[in-house]
Amino acid sequence: MSVPPSALQATTPVTTGNVLDARIPGGPIEDKWEEHKFASKLINPANRRKYEIIVVGSGLAGASAAASLGEMGYKVKCFCYQDSPRRAHSIAAQGGINGAKNYQNDGDSVYRLFYDTIKGGDFRSREANVYRLAQVSVSIIDQCVAQGVPFAREYGGLLANRSFGGAQVSRTFYARGQTGQQLLLGAYSALCRQIAEKSVEMFPRTEMLDLVLVDGHAKGIVVRDMVTGEVKSYAADAVIMATGGYGNVFYLSTNAKGCNVTAAWRAHKQGALFANPCYTQIHPTCIPVSGDYQSKLTLMSESLRNDGRVWVSKKKADNRPPAQIPEEDRDYYLERKYPSFGNLAPRDISSRSAKEACDDGRGVGPGGLGVYLDFADSIKRLGEPVVRERYGNLFDIYQQITNENAYQQPMRIYPAVHYTMGGLWVDYNLMSNIPGLFVLGEANFSDHGANRLGASALMQGLADGYFVIPYTIGNYLAPEIGKRPTTDRPEFKQTEAAVKERTKQLLGIKGRRSVDYFHRELGRIVWDYCGMSRSEKSLQRALSQIPPLREEFWKNVNVPGEGESLNAALEKAGRVADFLEFGELMCLDALDRRESCGGHFREEYQYPDGEAKRDDLSFQHVAAWEFAGEGQKSIRHIEPLIFEEAHPSVRSYK
Amino acid sequence: MNLKLKVWRQKNAKSDGKLVDIEARNIPEGASFLEMLDIVNEDLQDKGGEPIAFDHDCREGICGSCSLSINGVPHGPSETTTCQLYMRKFKDGETIYVEPFRAKSFPIVRDLIVDRSAFDRIQQAGGFITARTGSAQDGNAILVSKVNADRAMEAAACIGCGACAAACPNASAMLFVGAKISHLALLPQGQAERTSRALKMVRTMDDEGFGNCSNYYECEAVCPAEIPVSVIARLNREFAAASAKDSVS
Repeated sequence: MSVPPSALQATTPVTTGNVLDARIPGGPIEDKWEEHKFASKLINPANRRKYEIIVVGSGLAGASAAASLGEMGYKVKCFCYQDSPRRAHSIAAQGGINGAKNYQNDGDSVYRLFYDTIKGGDFRSREANVYRLAQVSVSIIDQCVAQGVPFAREYGGLLANRSFGGAQVSRTFYARGQTGQQLLLGAYSALCRQIAEKSVEMFPRTEMLDLVLVDGHAKGIVVRDMVTGEVKSYAADAVIMATGGYGNVFYLSTNAKGCNVTAAWRAHKQGALFANPCYTQIHPTCIPVSGDYQSKLTLMSESLRNDGRVWVSKKKADNRPPAQIPEEDRDYYLERKYPSFGNLAPRDISSRSAKEACDDGRGVGPGGLGVYLDFADSIKRLGEPVVRERYGNLFDIYQQITNENAYQQPMRIYPAVHYTMGGLWVDYNLMSNIPGLFVLGEANFSDHGANRLGASALMQGLADGYFVIPYTIGNYLAPEIGKRPTTDRPEFKQTEAAVKERTKQLLGIKGRRSVDYFHRELGRIVWDYCGMSRSEKSLQRALSQIPPLREEFWKNVNVPGEGESLNAALEKAGRVADFLEFGELMCLDALDRRESCGGHFREEYQYPDGEAKRDDLSFQHVAAWEFAGEGQKSIRHIEPLIFEEAHPSVRSYK
Repeated sequence: MNLKLKVWRQKNAKSDGKLVDIEARNIPEGASFLEMLDIVNEDLQDKGGEPIAFDHDCREGICGSCSLSINGVPHGPSETTTCQLYMRKFKDGETIYVEPFRAKSFPIVRDLIVDRSAFDRIQQAGGFITARTGSAQDGNAILVSKVNADRAMEAAACIGCGACAAACPNASAMLFVGAKISHLALLPQGQAERTSRALKMVRTMDDEGFGNCSNYYECEAVCPAEIPVSVIARLNREFAAASAKDSVS
């Protein structure tokens, strides 16, 4: 087998392109946002209706942005692939949302949330963005309460809080185990109001298949109507992408089946830089895999770790049922290794510890890929009704899937891909390097560094949509007045033609293997070689296996049906084709980042006790990749990270 | 296990549909109902056929995309949604009828996919609290008793799947509408628009062609989010009070 050129080039030293400017405002960190808002350009209310803005995605970031911009008077078009904007995958977030309210009087503050987030991200995120996130977290809670989000309450009527991984204060607001659902329905209701007001036009079952650039600016998108198959263009003054993460590159993840990298990847191929694709988060508490037919993994909220104790047997291959393993034979390894954080150690540490226990032959359940999460002590301490009230729906989900009752025996959990910190590179205004293209929520890279803390994804999605983009988009739009092109421009026609050609190509292959076959194969490669831990050797292996798989895809995939009607196989094929390209970049980024940090654990770079060993001297930067053409090695630009407030230290949760 | 499926196949909204016999072979008991359909679809494609189209996304019971009636029951024998139904609930060799949710206001798009945009339009009519971004006061300035917060949450848990309307002999959407009206009416934040919300949502529900409630309670029985029929009682009260106010103002 001949090794494709891109894999060979990966062995050359880290290439460095330009140094990127994130346009971070000057001044003390606590004043940056206020001063930036004041310095930002305003668009007067009468002029706002002259601007059209495209929002792709209707999750927390997309729906909150579309609704807020619509309220301001902009004309918004919002697109989503689901049949209704209410179904975006933000809906599945269970645990909660952080807000630095200090309602519990336990020493929380904006500064502490900022610091926890920077530290949790292993000093690989941008200070100014994270500080702003912590600042606006307070307003998000207020906004959601005002919309009628039914957050949990104390008996006196005040908002209730709980604690979450990576924090020693209780700052997490929640709505049963369905916080994401309630926040999304809040944003969806605001969006509905704007749809009724006709300030937002909604396009469900419509998938973005390419970005259109006019004179180097993002001025529109090409979409496919997923019911009729019609390929069509829409022009705008600016494009906002809130299209989520790329966790489904692993095939099995906790993402919804439809989540994909296509919009981001298409924008990348049009020139948008892709930052830190190797930062992927493996969530420690998912239901273990049970067979080959499995189509997705189900998350059990991390909040379970508040009251559950993680353990495995001290003995290898211990086949006794959990109830028969006496206390002295149990290894509560998180409590043992991290006494001060215990079962609430951050996600990457918890996940890797579970893998270590299983690699050591002490895993539980079928295949030995699982650890126990035990509620027996909490049930004894609090009583079953309290545990049921806190986690009832999670215990129910667990029982439906596994046929096991977690009130009577410990849950079995195992890590699974859950969230991706990497994404399109954006500056302080959340604008990519393509003028006019803004990227929000999980789709951008900005706030979580190399590891995201629990209950921070919901916070970031809503921060970007409700409280950042409404202020920052004016800086781009103000001088652009009257410059919106029509879709008659050749740039639109050419992009449309390319999209149609690609569809034709996919349908014309008529090979012998299903789309899912290729997706599963890709998932196996990246999970084995670029998953919870990576090494130069494993990444080289991935980089030599992905290109031939991609080549085979384009020769041998079978996409049945036609382009001019609803065709789920065709939709999937386009997405998998992009994952097959994206997966290679993810591995390349992981290879070139020769250090361990957060969710990126390189076996070569660790302390004797197995902790991640960062290399701040060489890698205290964002890696932002530029697409250099088909078959060419991508160019690695960097944005240096400067820490003026939170000084990088070895992350310790002991 | 092996199963005999009778699956509704329909090319598009305009064409006629019919039940087609399809064999499901070598299905593991631990597979979900949708994973069973995935296996069947791979098999169909390998034989040159077209896969069965069905809506699905999160596959963890929360997005509300699943819209299958199994043996005539929306979401079948699942305690929640179709995606959370596991094949261990069926017997080897069993015949299973798989159809889309049936309601006049949910036209079929293709095979098992239906158009539930009527629910979005009802929500757009008034299923919100007007709270412009940035205009909110401190969250703890609004006190909500735990009892009401819990009741509101119980109603707000609706996933908007439409099983309620599909199960109802009248194709009534009153469980769905009642859930949203109850959620917002129970909270202090929802008071300002309480009257107009009830009127607009109910009128839009009628305009969309959904029927009235005549107390079959099939909706409650199939609801994956366990929304209680008491929300319909609350809806009726809210609508009656709102109509009375409307007629004098």
